[in-house]
Amino acid sequence: MSGGFTTGGVAHAPSRTVRTVILGLVGLIFAVPIVAMIEFTLRAGLVGGYNVDRWVALFQSGFTGVYRPVLIALGNSVALAIGTVVIVLLLLVPTMLLVHIRFPRLRRTLEFICILPITIPAIVLVVGLAPVYAIVARLLGSGVWTLAFAYGITVLPFAYRAIQSNLDGVDVKTLTEAARTLGAGWGSVLLRILVPNLRRGILAGAFIAVAVVLGEFTIASLLNRVNLQTALVVVSKVDPYTAVILSLLALAFAFVLLLVIGRLGAPRTRLSRTRPSLTGSSRTRTNVKGPA
Amino acid sequence: MISQQPTQTRPGTVVEFTGVVKEFAGMRALNGFDLTLRAGEFVALLGPSGSGKTTALRVLAGLESTDAGTITIDGVDVSDLSTSKRDMGMVFQSYSLFPHLSAGENVEFGLRMRKIKPAERRRRAAAALAMVGLEDHFDRFAHQLSGGQQQRVALARALVTEPRVLLLDEPLSALDAKVRVQLRDEIRRIQTELGITTLFVTHDQDEALAVADRVAVMRAGNIEQVGTPEELYSRPATPFIADFVGLSNRISGIVRNAQVDVYGTLLPVIDPATPDGPAHVSIRPEDIEFAEAGLAATVIASSFLGSLRRTTVRLADGSTVFLQHGVRVHPVTGESVFLKFSGAPVSTEPVSSTSGVLKPA
Repeated sequence: MSGGFTTGGVAHAPSRTVRTVILGLVGLIFAVPIVAMIEFTLRAGLVGGYNVDRWVALFQSGFTGVYRPVLIALGNSVALAIGTVVIVLLLLVPTMLLVHIRFPRLRRTLEFICILPITIPAIVLVVGLAPVYAIVARLLGSGVWTLAFAYGITVLPFAYRAIQSNLDGVDVKTLTEAARTLGAGWGSVLLRILVPNLRRGILAGAFIAVAVVLGEFTIASLLNRVNLQTALVVVSKVDPYTAVILSLLALAFAFVLLLVIGRLGAPRTRLSRTRPSLTGSSRTRTNVKGPA
Repeated sequence: MISQQPTQTRPGTVVEFTGVVKEFAGMRALNGFDLTLRAGEFVALLGPSGSGKTTALRVLAGLESTDAGTITIDGVDVSDLSTSKRDMGMVFQSYSLFPHLSAGENVEFGLRMRKIKPAERRRRAAAALAMVGLEDHFDRFAHQLSGGQQQRVALARALVTEPRVLLLDEPLSALDAKVRVQLRDEIRRIQTELGITTLFVTHDQDEALAVADRVAVMRAGNIEQVGTPEELYSRPATPFIADFVGLSNRISGIVRNAQVDVYGTLLPVIDPATPDGPAHVSIRPEDIEFAEAGLAATVIASSFLGSLRRTTVRLADGSTVFLQHGVRVHPVTGESVFLKFSGAPVSTEPVSSTSGVLKPA
């Protein structure tokens, strides 16, 4: 397994300076629109100059009135993100593992199906989904959460790539067989061997799913559901400045959310919960598993 | 039973393959495979790649299903038993330690699956690691261990549950030569100590001959010959075995009355049933000697191999043979020499039979 020589890779890594410069440049590019948005919200009006009046007004109003729908929409989007992640974890991950271990010949087919949604414009997708959702609405009601089905499809390409790259780096077949010969049933193989070793890929897949769902506009808008992005558009038509402030807040919220998910998946939390008896060895573990 | 130390001997298990057939997409990997492993026996499955040796082992482990035939362990048919219930220890060719667990936790895994209490688990895992000489490496992770150490941990992990059968799927092939020999001898020592029935798959004849009680040479999904290393070497049933086990010269001869005429010398034939007529003859390089008179030849090359020397010569008819001899004899390229055959029995194959004519290595 290639994992045996992780230290060897470090020798070929770019130097500290190069890394800092690259990080700085990338950060700068990403910072431009955010800084521009902040600048926009601080403009004092046509006369020029800057103040924080709009921020203060928004927080003093307590997100009531026109802004209230945005809060509700945020709740919707979070619920959708959770639903989508659940779909990815319960449907995509087991399917990919099954194909990888038992039906390797189906791998190309699965890859094709999973990548397909990226080639289909959201509008086309909605046209196809509209009649489907007529049935969904009849069976499950027209709750916003049903959009998670559609989002489960739109995040497929991203989640698939994230998990597959992790899958390629782990000798899943041998690890599975080793566990099986040691007396592990399929449940144990999945939870004790595969999930811990695919944690990075699964987490990355979940991250991307959350990010995609929080930024989704087209499908929700065309299917007449309210999510964060559609609500922001509505607000922006009334008050463009406040809409940008809310966008910034949403951005910060997504950022915090992703950090929290990352923390939840960190090895230390998971292990100290499941294995309190072997404190000695779990201390060693956190030292060596740094880059995870 | 559970309280036993992993180093304690337990009665061996008998494993029997009967007419096992396994097909992969129309290709027969196993073609009516028969083999019996006696209690506590160390059997090596030797064969070129694609001969079905790994398939035989995987079928026994339950990692592949069978298409026909039965596999019994202590007389009980296990064909329908899933891998996790077969109670086997297996060491894989590729490094198979669970990367997210320490060496000790890896060894504990099988015990954990058997719901053994943590204290007991830890004690037995430590004992198993001590058995392979890695008692100080309990908390190391796979990436902190060398290849040889990883395979040792894998061996400890396979043995700690006191399985009925130990399966070794080319466990040494990823290691460098020196470690390979060390670990090979250690596997044999531990196997003898535990008395565990062991099936060892390898494509390396030195490995097979060095450690196994019996070696089964496989070819095209079947066993070509099974016997002790000495039997296989000194009485190879076919030229295929002669080529595959040890080195051999392939010379043309004519069989007559259970003897073969090779360049005017009559040699006994191992298989007396060989039909009369032209045949391929396999002669060991140590069964050809330099002589004062006899078969004339010219030295082409001679190489020093430490304890012996191997010399290649060209005969009058243009064919080449090689022979092994003591290092004090020092043939020079171009020198004219005479050869004679020692008279050891040789394996033969009728010329018409085209099956499995392998070029000598």
